[in-house]
Amino acid sequence: MSGTGGTPYAPHTESETAAMLSAIGVDDEEALFDIPEAVAFDGEFGIEPRSEREIRAECSRIFARNDDLTEFLGRGHYGHYVPSVVDHLADRAEFLTSYTQYQPEISQGFLQALFEYQSMLVELTGLPVANCSMYDAATALGEAATLADRVRSTSGDTVLVPGHLREGKGEVLSNYCAGADLRVESYPMDDGNVDVDALAERVGDDTVMVYAENPTVRGCVEERLAEIGDLAADADALFALGSDPVSLAVLEEPAGVGADVVVGEAGALGLPTADGMGLGLFACRDDFLRQVPGRLVGAGEDAAGDRAFTLTLQTREQHIRKERATSNICTNQAWVALRAAIHAAALGPDGLVDLANDCVREAAALADRIDELKGAIAPVHDRHHVREFAVRVDQPAAAIAADLEAEGFAVHAIGEHLLQVCVTDLNAGRTDGLVAAFEEVI
Amino acid sequence: MIHDQADYAREGEDVHEPLLSEKDETTVDVREESPLPDDLTRDELTLPAPSEPEIARHYTRLSQMNWAIDSGPYPLGSCTMKYNPKFTEDVAADPNAAIHPDRSARASQGNLELRYRLQEFLGEIGGMDAVTLQPPAGAAGEFTGIAVAKAYHEHHGNDRSEVVIPASAHGTNFATAAMAGYDVVELPSGEDGRVDVEALEAAVGDDTAALMLTNPNTVGLFERDITEIADIVHDAGGLLYYDGANLNALLGRGRPGDMGFDVMHYNVHKTFATPHGGGGPGAGPVGVVDELAEFLPAPQVREREGGNGYETFEPEETIGKVHGFGGNWLVLVKTYAYIARLGDDGLADAAAKAVLNANYLAERIDLDVPYGPFHHEFAATAGDRDAADVAKRMLDFGVHPPTTKWPEMVPEAMLTEPTEIEGQSSLDDLAEAFNLAYADSDEALDAAPNRTTAARIDQVAAARNPRLSWQALDGE
Repeated sequence: MSGTGGTPYAPHTESETAAMLSAIGVDDEEALFDIPEAVAFDGEFGIEPRSEREIRAECSRIFARNDDLTEFLGRGHYGHYVPSVVDHLADRAEFLTSYTQYQPEISQGFLQALFEYQSMLVELTGLPVANCSMYDAATALGEAATLADRVRSTSGDTVLVPGHLREGKGEVLSNYCAGADLRVESYPMDDGNVDVDALAERVGDDTVMVYAENPTVRGCVEERLAEIGDLAADADALFALGSDPVSLAVLEEPAGVGADVVVGEAGALGLPTADGMGLGLFACRDDFLRQVPGRLVGAGEDAAGDRAFTLTLQTREQHIRKERATSNICTNQAWVALRAAIHAAALGPDGLVDLANDCVREAAALADRIDELKGAIAPVHDRHHVREFAVRVDQPAAAIAADLEAEGFAVHAIGEHLLQVCVTDLNAGRTDGLVAAFEEVI
Repeated sequence: MIHDQADYAREGEDVHEPLLSEKDETTVDVREESPLPDDLTRDELTLPAPSEPEIARHYTRLSQMNWAIDSGPYPLGSCTMKYNPKFTEDVAADPNAAIHPDRSARASQGNLELRYRLQEFLGEIGGMDAVTLQPPAGAAGEFTGIAVAKAYHEHHGNDRSEVVIPASAHGTNFATAAMAGYDVVELPSGEDGRVDVEALEAAVGDDTAALMLTNPNTVGLFERDITEIADIVHDAGGLLYYDGANLNALLGRGRPGDMGFDVMHYNVHKTFATPHGGGGPGAGPVGVVDELAEFLPAPQVREREGGNGYETFEPEETIGKVHGFGGNWLVLVKTYAYIARLGDDGLADAAAKAVLNANYLAERIDLDVPYGPFHHEFAATAGDRDAADVAKRMLDFGVHPPTTKWPEMVPEAMLTEPTEIEGQSSLDDLAEAFNLAYADSDEALDAAPNRTTAARIDQVAAARNPRLSWQALDGE
């Protein structure tokens, strides 16, 4: 660092800086900048540099201002216990501080890890192609809609989405659809599942894509997925199914019910609750291979004839195809995909299936207990649930949620008299407290 | 100056780490244990079930077959591979910050405060009036910014159909404009490598929604005519978009907001040294001037009246959300920590040292650099050599090569950005790697690389016969 006040992350001594300036043939660093005076900045940001220790102390003070709550929250962002091995391996600097694998010969490690991640998703979805990440479930859904628009043989402009859909997800989808002149329309639900008869009446020539979720945003397991797949196929529309890799360990395989594309939140593995940070799952049928958004890792051979991995089919991507690319995505969530893969490996199929089954059992057990309380009905929908379920309360839901928060528990208020509760391995040990608090405030 | 790259370097025999699926495949009968009825479950699930020691060795060995900024020089032009300070990881790992995004604002005061502070930092640094942290990457920031511009035009009853983009721009700019539903008007580069003001005047008109500009541009040149450029675009009723990929060169010396830009994105994984993670996650916050603030994604964070804590709010004409939740939270925390660590002087010094390093390295290499004066990066030309081959040979000399064959305005381009983190001796090594590779024989270049985990990979063949999973390799 050159004297005081410089960046601590540049190694230059004053004499080195002087020698370098002299080699270039200028007197000082300022002479290297070609910024006209009229637009030069001579003010201050007013940001005082601080030591590591001060910043760590400051941030930990700031974060301590988050209330100490036990969260029973889900609706698309899920916390499961992440084994220590995930942090320790993914945090290896060779992974964490590497860039996109544009020189595959010295990036074999990350490429193989991503290839393995893709393979795990292929097994979980039953679809032959999975990319190595989108940003999150919502943006993956947006990409699915624009893919549907590109591959559908006949014209049409409508993307059909379930009546029960996370509000923000619908907004993201609409933003992706706007540029492709697609419109988003929601179809009705029937007791927490897709109203298949109503959907049958709605699907038509104008339908580009039918989207459904399993489990739904309210945690319900869909019971007539194959029929939805048939409806979409008959209309030459794509069937996009939303899910996550934990649920997929036990639920019907998407390929088996006719899903053309699977999107969702793969960050259910690998990531702790991270204030909404995610990992977009994207898998699809073979025939869409050249229309897939995002990066794909493929196996190939090197000059010695040995198996080697490389980013592949890059002519789909923005750095080559520019405005004709399948998406503008460049930076993705590769490191989160690595974490998800390590987590899946650490669980193995047994652990993954056990985790998913626990999420089914715990949700049912907690719903039963809440249902016993006067003034509450749970689950609202007569369906099987994964992790979460809706609760109908006699009193205003917002007031109950606020009262529960005061008792140290966070739940969703999703309607005037509707709450939603999510239970996973992380908070299953705190359900006694939640039920007692419920009893108190209801 | 030859460095060994990894313990698994080729020594004439095939040394590779088997796939997880080649180590173990375990099939579980799902229906046996499931509390769900059979017709709602899958039959079985087949995945590897390695033990924890096997997992540790597998991923450790994979990590050893991977180049990273902590391994050595990584001078990829336009990618800004800075050292990622370790303490930022510890700050982001604070368990108190690991909250669910659907908590009430009242119960999330800590995270809201950090978001607010970061918005303020970024606003100052870019000269912008309002900032959203929601976009999860640079390209997502572009999409957000252009969607905001579109909403602004529509709100004012202007139906504009075109986005103007210089030929030298990042591919994401073109793809973003198309995704947002605009026609792309490509602006050829002027003779000096910058925007040709006359060509811009001819290209801009009533249909122009925005000009997307990177400044300094992708060969490191500052757009000296930026004031005139801004006037031309604004006079036509268009907006000026700043691609923040090269903001690292301007820190403390120039702010997009002062140059007439209306909307910009920040690449925090470039400018503010958050780790690239093998391709992501990054974050692409977007800053706008006052006139555009009401269109930003919801929710935004602000101080409560009286300075009593923080709250979220929905901008009046919001475009809605661009990410399912609040973006890449962990990355945003690291961004805050980095900016706080450097402060005003550190940020300005980071820019100065980045520009010093690029100029010093360019001085040291035998390749021509056609355009200048450049700032934090330069595009050397490999002349009659193939830039990609020179790059492969550089791998043998223990460095990561620059970005090759882009931008196209420089023939056989080697776009080089050493960043501020290399010292003089490291830059001398890097220059030697350039010069040795550039001067090497055609045979040596064709045969390169020789000291890497894999020999030259045939990417064309891999694309012709796509095998994208271990399932696809079965039976071969």
